[in-house]
Amino acid sequence: MHEKKIVSYIILSLCGIFMILPFAWMLSTSVKSQLEINKGNNGFIPYVESDYLELAGESELLRCKILKPAPGDSLWINIFDEEGIIISSYLKVPASAVTHKKSIKFIFSNFANAWKKVPFGRYFLNTIIVSCTCVFGVIVTGCLAAYAFARMKFAGKELIFYLFISMMMVPQPVYIIPSYILLHKLGWLNTYYALIVPWLANIFTIFLLRQHFKSLPQELFDAASIDGCSRFGALWRIVLPLSKGVIATASIFAFIGSWNSFMWPLVMIDSPQLRVLQVGLSYFSAEASSQTALLMAASTFSILPLVLLFLIAQKQIMASFVSSGLKG
Amino acid sequence: MVKKKIDFGPYLYLLPALLIVVVFRLVPIVLSFLVSFFEWTINGAGDFIGFNNYTKLLSDPGFWQSMLNTFYLVIFVVPLSLILSLVFANFLNGITRLRAFFRTVYYIPTVTSMVAVSIVWKIIFNQQTGLMNYLLGLIGIDPLGWLAESRGIFQLMFGDGVPAWAGGPSLALFSIIILTIWKGLGYNTIIYLAGLQNIPETYYEAASIDGASKFTRFYKITLPLVSPTTFYVLMMTTITTFQVFSQIYLMTGPPVGGPLGTTKVIVYYLFEQGFGESQNLSYASAIALVVFFIILGLTLFQRKLEKKVHY
Repeated sequence: MHEKKIVSYIILSLCGIFMILPFAWMLSTSVKSQLEINKGNNGFIPYVESDYLELAGESELLRCKILKPAPGDSLWINIFDEEGIIISSYLKVPASAVTHKKSIKFIFSNFANAWKKVPFGRYFLNTIIVSCTCVFGVIVTGCLAAYAFARMKFAGKELIFYLFISMMMVPQPVYIIPSYILLHKLGWLNTYYALIVPWLANIFTIFLLRQHFKSLPQELFDAASIDGCSRFGALWRIVLPLSKGVIATASIFAFIGSWNSFMWPLVMIDSPQLRVLQVGLSYFSAEASSQTALLMAASTFSILPLVLLFLIAQKQIMASFVSSGLKG
Repeated sequence: MVKKKIDFGPYLYLLPALLIVVVFRLVPIVLSFLVSFFEWTINGAGDFIGFNNYTKLLSDPGFWQSMLNTFYLVIFVVPLSLILSLVFANFLNGITRLRAFFRTVYYIPTVTSMVAVSIVWKIIFNQQTGLMNYLLGLIGIDPLGWLAESRGIFQLMFGDGVPAWAGGPSLALFSIIILTIWKGLGYNTIIYLAGLQNIPETYYEAASIDGASKFTRFYKITLPLVSPTTFYVLMMTTITTFQVFSQIYLMTGPPVGGPLGTTKVIVYYLFEQGFGESQNLSYASAIALVVFFIILGLTLFQRKLEKKVHY
């Protein structure tokens, strides 16, 4: 029995390494020098291998490249800065001052350089505006609709319910073209409206909330109505306080969905000013395709916020898979 | 007789969500049929062309190539992802210590954006500076072309003697298959784990007493009892794989493109027709409706199958 456990742990660890390897490589590449990447340092250790010029009396070494030997036991060299840009060329130095060294070096300036290269600050701001507005809208419209579905009787309830279910099953690529035409007619292409308004309701959220609202005991509502509580009062004072957990879960899923959406904003937005993070990142990857280190740095800071959110909220997320009955 | 007063309250609560769903889902879906039957530019409807777009599709090699590519993607991603996630979940279910840790590790790719991870994997597959060729180099294997390789994987494995039609997905598409499996594995594993935890421990104990081996227990208890989850995972993975777009666009999209169109899947083809140079919205709409009916058909088929095999 015990040996079987060890086998399990070994297999799980190996698979875990496979799952995490791309991220580990992303991190290590994001702090590598581009020069080293181009020279073929494609492993996991961000080392710098170079010739260095030792100046008499100075402790710091200067990176350099030997061009050719010069007469009198000296060398012609170029001197580089940290990022591999030549700061001084064709210098004649004594050969004894040049040493060859391989040392681990993290180039953290890649992050600042990637951030400055395109307006990532603006992209983040746009994404935060869009995602937060969408989550707020999704929760408001979701709670209202779920409350009606879960606790009210009215004509056409089944019909509307089936309409919602069938709409949920239609994948986005199917309606993206007519939506583009529709948003053009509304004059909303290239505005925040195109990114926000169509996403102010989320059918999955409605179902998730409805399921929970249905599970609340009827006695609560009877008591409230005897005490003279209105329908909206019951939603506000009874349902919502008892649904904090499921609302948090729904918000997290809506936020992740909105933050990561790509095809929709790619199609609906043309202006660079309104690009959301994912679209900005995709343009950046086309523009800077040869600058591996910068691309990895940009990927890292694009991924980071959601990974942090997930790590903070993971109990909530994992619990929802067990409880919400996500089965056939 | 007193007429009962209609209570408008419930409709008021439904109104905001209903409005969004009708205007931005139902109307576009109905509109997409119209768009596919007319010459349609961004400014509005033109001449009625009936089924022209659909007959054009049937003789469009680009469409058939993208259907074949999509088929390859689905046929590789779905079974591999299902098997791997069930195996992972089974191992996870067998341990108690560190389970939450492994669950987190497996799930992280799922929460990260497809755009960012596609950029990372694109560089991983880079011929000169990528991790894949670096790792292959460490074990003495010649570097491969990965995303730039248009030859089929079976051709690469068994030599050029394999005819083109039996070549399988190009190595470029296969690279995207690897990424797609990796990205979705965590989600499926967590769903499977939830399914496995619903199986009562007593069943396994009873089987052990009767002398059933570990394999028999898995085959005779786990597999049948987890089948509702399997159907859910099968359906979701098939449907999402059918709609793959971002990784294709990021890894083999403009400006360079994929090798000989071997990575163009159907939704990418739709995007290219509708929003690329040709801006042929009505043709793209016809493609969208083909996607719609295929997914609808798959859903209905799997529902039917589920009823038959449900325990």
